[in-house]
Amino acid sequence: MSQPKELPRWADLGLLPLVSLAAALLLSGGVIALLGESPWQALKLMVDGAFGSQEAVGYSLFYATNFVFTGLAVAVAYHAGLFNIGGEGQAYIGGLGAGLVCLALGSWPFWVVLPAAVVGAAGCGAAWAFLPGWLQARRGSHIVITTIMFNFIASALMTYLLVNVLIKPGQQSPETREFSPNTWMPFAHELLARVGLNFTATPLNLAFVLALVASVFVWVFLWHTRWGYSLRVVGQSPAAAVYAGISPSRLTILAMLLSGALAGGLGLNELMGSQHRILIDFPGGAGFVGIAVALMGRNHPLGIFLAAVLFGALYQGGSQLTFDMPRVNRDMVVVIQGLVILSCGALENLFRQPLTALLGRSAGSDARRA
Amino acid sequence: METYTLIVLLLAATIRVATPLLLAALAGMFSERAGVIDLGLEGKMLGAAFAAASVSAVTGSAWLGLGAGVATAVALALLLGFACVTYRGNQVVAAMAVNIMVSGLGPTLALAWFNLGGQTPQLDAAGQRFTALAWPWSQSAREAPFPGLLYAELLSGHNLVVYLTAFLVPASAWVLYRTRFGLRLRAVGENPHAVDTAGISVTRLRYQAMIISGMLCGVAGSYLSVAASSGFVRDMTAGKGYLALAALIFGKWRPYPTLGACLLFAFTDALAVRLQGVALPLVGVIPVQFILALPYVLTVLLLAGFVGRAVAPSAIGVPYSKEK
Repeated sequence: MSQPKELPRWADLGLLPLVSLAAALLLSGGVIALLGESPWQALKLMVDGAFGSQEAVGYSLFYATNFVFTGLAVAVAYHAGLFNIGGEGQAYIGGLGAGLVCLALGSWPFWVVLPAAVVGAAGCGAAWAFLPGWLQARRGSHIVITTIMFNFIASALMTYLLVNVLIKPGQQSPETREFSPNTWMPFAHELLARVGLNFTATPLNLAFVLALVASVFVWVFLWHTRWGYSLRVVGQSPAAAVYAGISPSRLTILAMLLSGALAGGLGLNELMGSQHRILIDFPGGAGFVGIAVALMGRNHPLGIFLAAVLFGALYQGGSQLTFDMPRVNRDMVVVIQGLVILSCGALENLFRQPLTALLGRSAGSDARRA
Repeated sequence: METYTLIVLLLAATIRVATPLLLAALAGMFSERAGVIDLGLEGKMLGAAFAAASVSAVTGSAWLGLGAGVATAVALALLLGFACVTYRGNQVVAAMAVNIMVSGLGPTLALAWFNLGGQTPQLDAAGQRFTALAWPWSQSAREAPFPGLLYAELLSGHNLVVYLTAFLVPASAWVLYRTRFGLRLRAVGENPHAVDTAGISVTRLRYQAMIISGMLCGVAGSYLSVAASSGFVRDMTAGKGYLALAALIFGKWRPYPTLGACLLFAFTDALAVRLQGVALPLVGVIPVQFILALPYVLTVLLLAGFVGRAVAPSAIGVPYSKEK
């Protein structure tokens, strides 16, 4: 073997994700060509559908808000060496918390409802992540498997609650009654109108700002607090953590609580911001998109934001695509999502090796692991 | 007598539900005993279900459909092997990627090829599906409820795949515990370095295990679309791959206990269908969702060590690299 080389930091954080993304988009283009449509035309339609108008941008950012929350959830757990696949279930239960607050506090002013709903969403999401975290920390149960199981348990629980308990009386579909309007998240177009800016009505709402706040919080927490430092040490080397006097099991539980709380944030955007009621399967796979977003964004809040916008654009652009190309349906977006996870996550080494050979420097000189 | 008939029918339903679960769980057993986490069961099954239904719809042959299903699942298994074994990628990430990709690809291709809104055409012509086989005298045996009904409902009246699956349990046990290949396979999941030192290729063994897993998932997926129902619909595996994984863990990665777990999980499923809205003495109506969530709750309890202890193969999830 030759001297081991390492990829420079800029290439690791910037170039590698772009190359992986390009590969995924190329493959997606192949699939679209296979369907008998022009990939180039599809790309143009999608970009236009995602960013071509104020309405498009609003929808793209609305979807992106969900993905910021679930992406951050995956990333926080990842830094502690945990793979949290349970974002979907945690978002589901977290949304229940936010929704119950909205249903209960219907006659209260919004500035009371908002903090209560944030606590409700984060608290319920964290509670749903607590057991898998605790089981991993204290009983050694594999977190990947337990979080998957908890997704299914959450789904069964929510179906039960919506069908039997929370359903609006005299209604067929399993949904709660509509939240009273004073508990709704203010829409972006309303807020912008207040400062004199004109913006088309879209579901984009205040939760977008909350997602940005959560991103900054995660960044400060992970890289500028003792707890965040301890959490990353546990993720890199549990043995070193023990020698440093850090309890890996306590940090594992903390990481999962935080992860679940972040996933719960989805309810603030989806339910309080847009649906205004609790309904069956409202996370709609956003918990899984979070995996792709975190992988692409290199588990860094800034990267996650960019990746979330990309996926938000993909969702919004994808619906435009299905409008104009009858041979392509919404599921194409899911295919692209899978290909992105494949090339950015699973096949990372496929691109890392040639890039390292091309740009790599000898390990140990000034190259540090990120 | 009424209760008796009910129980027999419930058991017959259990067998039908257990078949794809068991096939997928056995598939997972091979790859996981070789040290590769097999979260991709769901995707491989779904891919096979789509391919089998499509080919059967076009060619009119269930057998060709089965072949296409197996080929598709093996291709997906090879993709996973390429990512996880050759390029030492994260096994969980790779499997999630395949699951998500396939869940989109099926309906996408179905729409483009058949233009039926993301599903395949109904398979109702003769030979397009594996239909139930009636054993000799099974009709007349019904006249005598015991043991006639047992014979007619439990032994007879299933399709070919069900019988194949029943045979595959002892066959898998034999391969895993009584052959040289099985010994090496188990060794590579416990201590790949030792296997490598003995001059046996870890890569080759893990690929073989994953191909076997792909084949079994292929049969499981084909069963869903060309035997148990007639055609592919969106997300038709509905989490069965994950449930199979739970059954595998519940069976502690061993063939016969896994069979037991699959039957138990399938029974809860069949029971949930039967108990929908039925008031039981003492407890009243049990919500269906609680029964459906039972397998997942049981698996979590088992993983937590509250009911028995499930110990995974020790090298599971760790990509093997010679240098370390």
